[in-house]
Amino acid sequence: MRPFVYEQPTDISTAVAIASRFATDDDQPTRANAQFIAGGTNLADYMKLGVAEPNHLLDLNQLKEAALRQIQVTDGGIRFGALVRMGEAADHAEVNRRYPVIADSLRLAASGQIRNMASLAGNVLQRTRCEYFRETSWQCNKRVPGSGCAAMDGFNRQHAVLGVSDACIATYHGDFAQALIALDAVVHAEGGHGARKIPFAKLHRQPRDTPHVETDLAAEEIITAIEVPAIPWARRSLYLKIRDRESYAFALASAAVALDLDGETVREARIALGGVATVPWRAGAAEEALQGKKLDEASAGAAADAAFAGAHPRQHNAFKIELGKRTLVRALLETRDMKV
Amino acid sequence: MSQPSALSTNGLSRRKFMAGTVSAAAAAPLLASRAEATAPAAAQPKLRQPVITSLRINKQAYELSLDARTSLLDALRDHIGLTGTKKGCDHGQCGACTVLVDGKRVLSCLSFAVMNDGKDVTTIEGLASTDGKLHPMQQAFIDHDAFQCGYCTPGQIMSGIGCVNEGHAESENDIREYMSGNICRCAAYPNIVAAILQARGETKGA
Ligand SMILES: Cc1cc2nc3c(=O)[nH]c(=O)nc-3n(C[C@H](O)[C@H](O)[C@H](O)COP(=O)(O)OP(=O)(O)OC[C@H]3O[C@@H](n4cnc5c(N)ncnc54)[C@H](O)[C@@H]3O)c2cc1C
Ligand code: SF4
Ligand code: FES
Ligand code: FES
Repeated sequence: MRPFVYEQPTDISTAVAIASRFATDDDQPTRANAQFIAGGTNLADYMKLGVAEPNHLLDLNQLKEAALRQIQVTDGGIRFGALVRMGEAADHAEVNRRYPVIADSLRLAASGQIRNMASLAGNVLQRTRCEYFRETSWQCNKRVPGSGCAAMDGFNRQHAVLGVSDACIATYHGDFAQALIALDAVVHAEGGHGARKIPFAKLHRQPRDTPHVETDLAAEEIITAIEVPAIPWARRSLYLKIRDRESYAFALASAAVALDLDGETVREARIALGGVATVPWRAGAAEEALQGKKLDEASAGAAADAAFAGAHPRQHNAFKIELGKRTLVRALLETRDMKV
Repeated sequence: MSQPSALSTNGLSRRKFMAGTVSAAAAAPLLASRAEATAPAAAQPKLRQPVITSLRINKQAYELSLDARTSLLDALRDHIGLTGTKKGCDHGQCGACTVLVDGKRVLSCLSFAVMNDGKDVTTIEGLASTDGKLHPMQQAFIDHDAFQCGYCTPGQIMSGIGCVNEGHAESENDIREYMSGNICRCAAYPNIVAAILQARGETKGA
């Protein structure tokens, strides 16, 4: 591992100032000299592997702003401080009551130990587990821009079929982000140019021809909170995750679903797909396909077909299209049948 | 007539021998006084400058001078000589390195030791009482034969305690789900679940 200077800023503006001092203008957070660490479950792993090489490690855990560690429930929704741990949010009574899809997505992720360590902001910013990205001897456009992509013709069973480009097909593996994008969450960030709000759907960037640009954040920008708007009917929501084993594994395919029903007719559907795309993936075409329809096996199937219409499989991951569709159909029908 | 083994002739088991070399090597980074320790840290931190870290491990205070890159796991094993906590994957995938930090189970391999400054760490060595009585979770693992090679066991026991205290050991299914971060290569899983069920009542809050 490359040596680094360890610092513990005690307020947000100091942390931003230190990070700014080491950042150049179009520096990506993941390539900057100074990088933030929260739970460390993603960054420490990548530092050990030589994939991340910060010279300065800024520990966010001593920041004194209390809201960073709070879950605030209001009439207008729920606000998660960036340093709240996954386990705490997963067990929170109001999160479970108002947004089962959020609680499920956290509970079904990682392990008890990791959920105690990992922060919510770190979770949404977790980097891909692409094997060729993790091992520095392979060609990888995300790790070394312009070097090529060993996954393209490699063993790409885990890779994405949606949102891919000729430069990168790495899956975004997080679960929580699927619930957030489905519910139109908003990210609060503070950086060198002050505070701003980012719609969750704009936080992650598709790889296109710059897969090393992973998010909309500047190198010195800190996520301070994630806000989920009030959606009373989101009590009818769930997260379905399909994996190689029953627990402690990333999704091969998953679906975050929330439904506003009038009897069996869909007034509004929210759908996001995990394990199959390069970024958190809102399935807008599937939502439209369901609007005003009676939700049954046939309409759910048609929505799933719409969700995967633009899929681009490679040699080993074509199974994800069928698996992803069946996952979505099951998730829709189970959500319909929820007793709320 | 039985032959004494190479290790028992000099009165040392392999385990004691290993632990002995480790703590001897660790004598250097263990610092004598706090004054000596804090002097360099007050200045602007520099690359490759050791970081002074205070940890309370099993209720005992330690002051360590560490390379900032040292994981909590390596600090425990290589600097303090507490080798009960095991290194399996070193990447957060197996749970062998599980310890309690401020009462919560975490993976010591993915935590830099310096990030635990001032925290309370409990390792497998800290569970038994001073008179040698085992923690109920340790006893339950013995009673249920909840291991074979034993390599994953310290992590399983620490994680089992965390799991119970988090309130996620209400049913067998619960235990299986919430213990899934601890891999057992010998597949002692049914016995591990039985052990946690047995220790559940006595472990709460312990
Ligand atoms: C074995 C294993 C299995 C896993 N399984 C799953 C799974 O099934 N589902 C799932 O969703 N996840 C899974 N994970 C990923 C895990 O959830 C993430 O590693 C974790 O959520 C990251 O949070 P952290 O606080 O530890 O982040 P860190 O490692 O501290 O940081 C991650 C990134 O976010 C940046 N960052 C952190 N906080 C901020 C902030 N406030 N502002 C700006 N930047 C910030 C850091 O600079 C870094 O780039 C798994 C991880 C492991 C090791
Ligand atoms: S898929 Fe993306 S992350 Fe994986 S090797 Fe190719 S460029 Fe790198
Ligand atoms: S050694 Fe830490 S999880 Fe495997
Ligand atoms: S007892 Fe051998 S790995 Fe679990």
